[in-house]
Amino acid sequence: MKITLRIWRQHDREAAGRMVSYGVDGVSPDMSFLEMLDVLNEQLTAAGDDPVAFDNDCREGICGMCSLVINGIAHGPEGLTASCQLYMRHFSDGDTIDIEPWRSPSFPILKDLIVDRSAFDRIIQAGGYISSPTGAAPDAAAMLVPKKDADRAFDAAICIGCGACVAACPNGSAMLFTGAKATHLGALPQGQIERNSRSLAMVNQHDAEGFGGCTEIGECTAVCPVGIPLDMISRLNGDVLSALRHNTT
Amino acid sequence: MPGACEIARPRMLASWLDRAYGRPMGTGNVVGLRSTAVRSSVALHAAMAVSGLIMVLFLLAHMYGNLKIFEGRQAFDGYSGYLREAGEPLLPRTGALWIVRVVLLISVLVHIYAAFTLWHRSRSATAGKGGWRYETTKNRRGVQRSYASFTMRWGGVVVGLFVIYHLLHLSADYIAPGGASPSPYQRVVNGFSIWWVVLSYMIALIALGFHLRHGVWSAFASLGTNSSVARRRVLNLVATFVALLILVGFLIPPLVIFAGWVR
Amino acid sequence: MAELFTVGETIRDTKAPAGPIQDQWEARRFGAKLISPANRRSLSVIIVGTGLAGASAAATLGEAGYRVKSFCYQDSPRRAHSIAAQGGINAAKDYRNDGDSIRRLFYDTVKGGDYRSRESNVYRLAEVSSSIIDQCVAQGVPFARDYGGLLDTRSFGGVQVSRTFYARGQTGQQLLLGAYQALERQAAAGTVEVHTRHEMLDLIVIDGKTRGIVVRDMVTGALETHLADAVVLASGGYSNVYHLSTNAVGCNTTATWRAHRKGALFANPCFTQIHPTCIPVSGEHQSKLTLMSESLRNDGRIWVPKEAADGRRPGEIPDGERDYYLERQYPAFGNLVPRDVASRAAKNQCDAGRGAGPGGRGVYLDFADAIARLGRAAIEEKYGNLFDMYHKITDDDPYQVPMRIYPAVHYTMGGLWVDYDLESSIPGLFVIGEANFSDHGANRLGASALMQGLADGYFILPNTISDYFAKNAGTETTDASHPEAVKAVDAVRARITTFLTINGDRSVDSFHQELGSIVWEYCGMERNAEGLQRALGLIRALREEFWTNVKVTGTNEELNQTLERAGRVADFFELAELMCIDALHRLESCGSHFRTESQTDDGEALRDDAAFAYVAAWEFTGDNAPPILRKESLEYHNVELTQRSYK
Repeated sequence: MKITLRIWRQHDREAAGRMVSYGVDGVSPDMSFLEMLDVLNEQLTAAGDDPVAFDNDCREGICGMCSLVINGIAHGPEGLTASCQLYMRHFSDGDTIDIEPWRSPSFPILKDLIVDRSAFDRIIQAGGYISSPTGAAPDAAAMLVPKKDADRAFDAAICIGCGACVAACPNGSAMLFTGAKATHLGALPQGQIERNSRSLAMVNQHDAEGFGGCTEIGECTAVCPVGIPLDMISRLNGDVLSALRHNTT
Repeated sequence: MPGACEIARPRMLASWLDRAYGRPMGTGNVVGLRSTAVRSSVALHAAMAVSGLIMVLFLLAHMYGNLKIFEGRQAFDGYSGYLREAGEPLLPRTGALWIVRVVLLISVLVHIYAAFTLWHRSRSATAGKGGWRYETTKNRRGVQRSYASFTMRWGGVVVGLFVIYHLLHLSADYIAPGGASPSPYQRVVNGFSIWWVVLSYMIALIALGFHLRHGVWSAFASLGTNSSVARRRVLNLVATFVALLILVGFLIPPLVIFAGWVR
Repeated sequence: MAELFTVGETIRDTKAPAGPIQDQWEARRFGAKLISPANRRSLSVIIVGTGLAGASAAATLGEAGYRVKSFCYQDSPRRAHSIAAQGGINAAKDYRNDGDSIRRLFYDTVKGGDYRSRESNVYRLAEVSSSIIDQCVAQGVPFARDYGGLLDTRSFGGVQVSRTFYARGQTGQQLLLGAYQALERQAAAGTVEVHTRHEMLDLIVIDGKTRGIVVRDMVTGALETHLADAVVLASGGYSNVYHLSTNAVGCNTTATWRAHRKGALFANPCFTQIHPTCIPVSGEHQSKLTLMSESLRNDGRIWVPKEAADGRRPGEIPDGERDYYLERQYPAFGNLVPRDVASRAAKNQCDAGRGAGPGGRGVYLDFADAIARLGRAAIEEKYGNLFDMYHKITDDDPYQVPMRIYPAVHYTMGGLWVDYDLESSIPGLFVIGEANFSDHGANRLGASALMQGLADGYFILPNTISDYFAKNAGTETTDASHPEAVKAVDAVRARITTFLTINGDRSVDSFHQELGSIVWEYCGMERNAEGLQRALGLIRALREEFWTNVKVTGTNEELNQTLERAGRVADFFELAELMCIDALHRLESCGSHFRTESQTDDGEALRDDAAFAYVAAWEFTGDNAPPILRKESLEYHNVELTQRSYK
């Protein structure tokens, strides 16, 4: 296949960026999207040009590092798929594909398609954990967790922290990410003690990072590569409101 | 303990609104968690949800009153009079009405304040471009955004302007297309006999319907009641039902009057 | 062969106390000197890598009150490749009442490692395994539960008990997020300073003690010196020397190799694990291979057509014309034989022409029976995400057609040599997790890597490092102007300048690809003297070409991914050479290391305990100079050495 790419090129954080067109020949349908970009970068290197910088690591959809907005959709047209797990068989010969970085003032662009997502780390720092210092744990079997709760916690805990929710949200909100973590820890008996303070601290940090509020549109869930559902935001909302009503912090 | 230390990062996009009303800046200390969270987007959305739902309740009552037009002039004008006398003698004349008016006014102000603050935050969080911040022109409508959710804010503005026009028209009798009258019944009939008045109401009501379709659903979600996939389905049905009920309930009188069945 | 290396003095672990194996760890903990909480604030430690080992160590040392600096090359600690581990984590909890115990986990691990690991370390690993599960549950790791609310377990290759705890097919992710959250909690508390997008490029050794590292800020290109009282490497394995592996594309050996060049012994580099269940290579463009969890072998049956070059689709081949070769050859363990055995069996079938799919490099992993027996819903519950992933990559639906799998490089048992305290041969340099060599011998059992990473980070290192601090640290202060530190930074800068000025014709990736295919061909699933000799020649020639003809665009003072890769590939060249030398000198087959010259009559690996029951720890002597082999002899007092049999 022959594909035309329009890619956002930006030299560094401060530089202005623009869309630049490239042609890539000999794309195989079995290539992953990132392998197609590898081919482009080999071409660019051979020509002495600067290869396109893009974040990626595990290339199996779990590390959350890859972060491409493909044709205006975070992680591209296939649902439940991270950029690295998108295959060229979903495109056709002669297609023009637009590739851009996540766009959010809270995720500054570092170069080309690479953004700084440390805001997510700071949201976790604010409260996305259960305080359990090493060595202090009781026997694992001492606490029973209903399967339903364990499963719900797991469904929330699979968030890969890629930031597609922010990239897709018309409000630039990171509530799906924050809600998933709050739901994960809040669904478990171990997580109850800090539940109130956790939800308040995470939401405060979320806002301090400059993310917008959630208007329940659901655009985030449509692009989430692991299918975190919208109800996790609502659970966090409920937790925050409950924490505001009950003075336990 | 969560939030035990200062890890906030100063925001570069300063804004007069946030400076004026204060924006949560990091977690501060444990004691400050709640006072900061009161100004969080989550809390503002909850305020918007509660004020919005109060207005929905008012609309349902208002719609019920409107339908009294079918009982004739006397019943309609009598109902209008009753609203002023309700609660007497415990309350002074128009006392109950004023309580409702004050509650509604507060709801409207809270709703608008929350809406503009959140709107502003969402603009800052998208470099002022919202969902259109990508260079590509493909998929500008998003993947699953509904028209209702897409038009919430401008739809809200339309509804707000309409409410002013509506109050001036039928409450204050200040704008009186078709002729002023001390009788509310007559004012309604006079107004809705004119095609462009009916059309303007129709447009506004459709905007309101969309606003309610997404608003009712998101109000419940903002209040934390969307706790599962099944619940989401129920809430969306409720929102559709409420939106349609109010749309149809409010549309019936003007259309029927315009058709000449009530005069 | 003699000119390839020289033999030096033997080495041995001096830290494990004498006495019965079950008392050693307690004795060591008691014997280790402590640091009082008040004094910990004045002690600093650098931890490179934020996977299970690095994140858990950073969190735990931070909680203890040390000043910790944590480094990773990714944009967040949560991205470390531990996150991709699928199957589970072993622990000798015996919740199933199926005869499990610390001793059995110890025994299984030593046996699974084909008797090339150190008894004392492995026993301790089994001993702390139980606490890991406790710790992770307390952190909120959502392990799978049964309907009674108790933790569920499953069985894994190479064992006959059900001791593997799991979180659907994403156990590594859940464990890592637990450790990451604990780490971020300490970052918020101010005890851990996290440096993301920083890559360690050299180790600073002053007066024989490890005192710091040189890192490159991958965004600005700035070279920074970070000093501390001790350095911990938790930088993972070197599978990417093969170019195609199941590792993340960024995984590299630079941290461990740079330490090796500064004097840390590198042990058993040829012990690299080939995982039997990966998605086969689909073309030349391939940048990485994807693992399908070994847990699939619990329910999937592996087969090939009985006839060579059978062109039919799998569904058209009747049961009688299929060869379920693992079940036939190894009736006791069937599809659950250890990884090395399963991998080589698949290779043999494909070599005999019975491989399935394009190129004939693949065998079927069939779930039809399991779906018929348990129902689709049960299979979906257990393996849903793996099936989806397979579907996405291959466009085949594994609920309908059997998966095609083939072995791929997955894990490296070899790594920097460490003693019982996990301290390398350079004082003050500790190595934990996959980066060290300690616990898996010549082959790792499934679900043991997660166990080892967390054991090292949560429970072992924090107990042993204090002894080093008490005896060595805080005696003299130093700063970035120390001549050794300056020298290290200058060397790093010179190397970068060299990359940028060669300006040749070939891309870094093309060198990496070629290097990988050489190592895979000659130092992969089967090795022999002739092939390894040839590989050495090829690697050296390619390395020479690399240093004269590689093309690295851009500058240092920017985010430059090509430059990053160039440094990693350059180190892989040197490591690949050492791997081949190690493989060449070990004239026996053991675990993952299969020398065609050393096999039984029916083609199984033939160990030579009399000659090779030792750890081969290699000492660096200079560029292009033969390394020195330092042997640590392995003594077994608690396990009887037998020829492994899974029949």
